Amino acid sequence: MQKKILISGNEAMGEAAICAGCRFYAGYPITPQNELTAYMAAELPKRGGIFIQSESEVSAINMIFGASACGARTMTSSSSPGISLKQEGISYLSGAHLPAVVINVMRAGPGLGNIWPAQGDYFQATKGGGHGDYRMIVLAPASIQESFDLTKKAFELADRHRIVAMVLSDGMLGQMMETLTFDPDEPPPGLVAKPWALTGADGRPANVTRSLFMARDAVEKNNLLLQKKYRRIESREVRCEKLLLDDAKLAVVAYGTMSRIARGAVEALRRRGVKAGLLRPVTLWPFPKKEVAEVSRRVKKILVVEMSYGQMVEDVRLAADPGAQVGFYGRAGGGVPTERQIIREAMKLIVAAKGRRRG
Amino acid sequence: MGRSFGRPKALRDVVTHYCPGCGHGILHRLVAEIIDELGIQSRTIAVAPVGCAVNAYDYWGVDCSEAAHGRALAVATAMKRLQPDKVVFTYQGDGDLAAIGTAETIHAANRGENLTVIFVNNAVYGMTGGQMAPTTLAGQKTSTTPEGRQVRREGYPIKISEMLALLDGVYSVERVSLNGPKEILDARRAVRQAFVNQMEGKGFSLVEVLSMCPTYWSKTPQESMKWIAEEMMQVFKPGKLK
Repeated sequence: MQKKILISGNEAMGEAAICAGCRFYAGYPITPQNELTAYMAAELPKRGGIFIQSESEVSAINMIFGASACGARTMTSSSSPGISLKQEGISYLSGAHLPAVVINVMRAGPGLGNIWPAQGDYFQATKGGGHGDYRMIVLAPASIQESFDLTKKAFELADRHRIVAMVLSDGMLGQMMETLTFDPDEPPPGLVAKPWALTGADGRPANVTRSLFMARDAVEKNNLLLQKKYRRIESREVRCEKLLLDDAKLAVVAYGTMSRIARGAVEALRRRGVKAGLLRPVTLWPFPKKEVAEVSRRVKKILVVEMSYGQMVEDVRLAADPGAQVGFYGRAGGGVPTERQIIREAMKLIVAAKGRRRG
Repeated sequence: MGRSFGRPKALRDVVTHYCPGCGHGILHRLVAEIIDELGIQSRTIAVAPVGCAVNAYDYWGVDCSEAAHGRALAVATAMKRLQPDKVVFTYQGDGDLAAIGTAETIHAANRGENLTVIFVNNAVYGMTGGQMAPTTLAGQKTSTTPEGRQVRREGYPIKISEMLALLDGVYSVERVSLNGPKEILDARRAVRQAFVNQMEGKGFSLVEVLSMCPTYWSKTPQESMKWIAEEMMQVFKPGKLK
């Protein structure tokens, strides 16, 4: 039966994992995602799963490796510095084609930074933070409802493609509360058979989970297999939201928390008579390249806004039509661009473009 | 006349990559014999380390996973918790278990995970070319202690089994060796017991096995066996620690 509750983003992601059939969770304390670990400690064992507070982030991601190798839906969560520690494990999971869900409730960095929200881990999440040629599916929610929906979706995608799926939240989305509508009795989505799982070689040849292949051509073969999978995901799993873009002359591109503020700015610009729209990537990898290209051909002016000093903007520039002008505004270290600042930057971009035309 | 000796079922009929005189071949066989004897081949899951035994899955006919360097016990923890009816064991070298994986080792032991751990101590990193291990003896020459390990500079050989025996969560710790037929039979008994402990739900059981590395000890196999008895056993005393 549908339920409507008030819940924090962190807890919503925990509930989503349980609804998605997560059977094993391991995590290590770090702010601002602790409510998620506590939620799993309280709820997961009651609902048939296993919770472990690990001795380290490194241990947690390797427990996830073991759980996934056995065929279980599994998840770990952390925040930026902890996610850095998990990179080795993410690379191993990727190399061994193991599905897993990793939640990153981003905080400010680099280093220990602070516990305020940030989007400084975009590069790490989308370009491969660990060693080797691998990708993760990266989903960026912008509300508590979406934190729930995309976490649930992450399990489905991870199993479908045998890949690590990351939900890239931040300290703002993790901590704040909103209403969530969901059906706790709905069966886990997209369950698949896992004949490769380590369940004991009973009546079948022994299974092996590995990413080491001593022969050079064998590792190349594994890489080509991964690349084929990544191309398939790029062609099928891109998600993005478009708002007021049909007649727009300026597109603001932002994801996650930043997109909520950008939405406010876009609406305010419209009230001033500026035809602004919003493009919000929901999957950061695969990145909505085609959508950015298409919009850039029409609007000619794009403003990318991030809680970083410019990470996603690089992907926007790569995807945008060469004739389009791409501006950027960002703050990091806990500072969040405000609606007024975004409007100011948008106006600058419009004025600069006009000036250029006159010149 | 009937056949009285053969290859264990759980040991694949392949040529191993181990050096002549290495202890891994003997120990792999012992593990396979025990798996056969206990009738658990179809429900055993092995976790291979990073080190010389990384290819163990090519040799045992059981489900097997690699683990990142030092993380075997984190991987095995999840496997056993999710599948308590399976027999899960890790097979780890000294660098894997007692250096880079120290935290995973101590905490899996302290949680009392119902696992079997086979810890191969040959006092050197073999796979990477003979560097100092956490268990390298004082004075022992390695590629990174060319003048011999100096305890004032590199510390003492770490007695991780003794450390683990202190933990309340640990059920059993024993040190054995492979330097002679009698010792090998004793090692077989200890490893078998560590498997039985798990099957009886007793908890964390570790067997440290002193093993030969003629290649990086620059010794013949015979000299290596002698070196275990005369040098290694003086520091790493065999016997039941818990």
